[in-house]
Amino acid sequence: MILVIDLCYRNDSLSRAEFVGPVERILREAGAEFAVRHYIAAGAPEIEAADAVILCGTALKDTGFTEHPEMFRWLLAFERPVLGISSGMRALAAAFGGGTEPCYEIGMIDVQVLAPDPLFAGREGFRAYELHESAVRVPEGFIPLAVSDRCVQAIRHPSLPLYGLLFHPEVRNEWAIEQFLRLVETAQ
Amino acid sequence: MRLGVLFSGGKDSLFACWKAMQQEEVACLITVVSQNPESYMFHTPNIRLAALQAEAAGLPLVEVETAGEKEAELLDLARALLQAREQFGIEGVVTGAILSVYQATRVQRICRELDLWCFNPLWHADQEAYMEELINSRFRVIIAGVFSCPFDASWLGREIDRRALDELRDAAQKYQITLTGEGGEFETFVVDAPFFSRRIVIEEASRTYRNYNGILRIERAGLVEK
Repeated sequence: MILVIDLCYRNDSLSRAEFVGPVERILREAGAEFAVRHYIAAGAPEIEAADAVILCGTALKDTGFTEHPEMFRWLLAFERPVLGISSGMRALAAAFGGGTEPCYEIGMIDVQVLAPDPLFAGREGFRAYELHESAVRVPEGFIPLAVSDRCVQAIRHPSLPLYGLLFHPEVRNEWAIEQFLRLVETAQ
Repeated sequence: MRLGVLFSGGKDSLFACWKAMQQEEVACLITVVSQNPESYMFHTPNIRLAALQAEAAGLPLVEVETAGEKEAELLDLARALLQAREQFGIEGVVTGAILSVYQATRVQRICRELDLWCFNPLWHADQEAYMEELINSRFRVIIAGVFSCPFDASWLGREIDRRALDELRDAAQKYQITLTGEGGEFETFVVDAPFFSRRIVIEEASRTYRNYNGILRIERAGLVEK
């Protein structure tokens, strides 16, 4: 079971359909079993039972999740596949000690892959949809996998399948989520 | 949160408005009236009737005119949002964008400049589920413009009921068009919504149609009890 975590400003918010809904649709179409929980409500038993976690994005002005770093500390010991999308990447990086720096991108931009990784399935570059005010400073030991001309677009833990993507793969790059699902299958 | 809904009078903006009402406070509707029928951002057929829809919904309408030139119309949109903020204290904007990265990107940028929240409750939604929910939630939507094959003149003014949805589904598969008309294949006009206190009756309309391109122009319409 994949645990999809909603990082929006409150449970069942007006942003949920925009940032969680498209991820749910992709998982449903791929036939994946999943459950959605708001980050405040995700309990230890659900996290324990999850084969993988997807941390969804938030609206540009929605940074409430950064005020609750304790709600993401479990990521340090999770050790199964994680995909952090935009704000989700920020939460993942923060849990591992990575900070942020201002980097504003909205709309389609070019992403260049720096290090081959199964997540990118041989792609060297692609266009991606961005919606963020900040980029992450790569946590110590993490590998920067891809960049735009302004900031790091993808990171991975040095030994575990923990990924952060700054772009929104659910918009025009659904393959990245499908590829993540393949990694989850492989890890099981 | 007090929100303004970008409003074209079509199904997507009205459905987004309804979703917003369930979570937050909708303070006003915002319409940009474009003089350009080819506008990249704003739908044009029957946009003047947005005032009647706003009255049916019991919501104030902020209406701003634009010449509809490609990027200049974005300044007019910013002007409309500023006016909505000054008059109604909105803290955020709601749009009915489904797939258009072009539209969403531009609205997101303007919202950022004006320090407003931006909500797109239909963004990359399951189109089948959306159309089902639209009908099940008692929205009454008519086709007000057709702009692609296979739509003949009989579609103009037709209500999107379950039978029409079946035909749209067939057309979407056969002609590779979107089920929602998001690709500009058709335009819609909402005559009734779950939050309307009265519904719209079209009293007089004219049709122009040629070669899979047609518009239903509503000349006269009024409100009646539901």
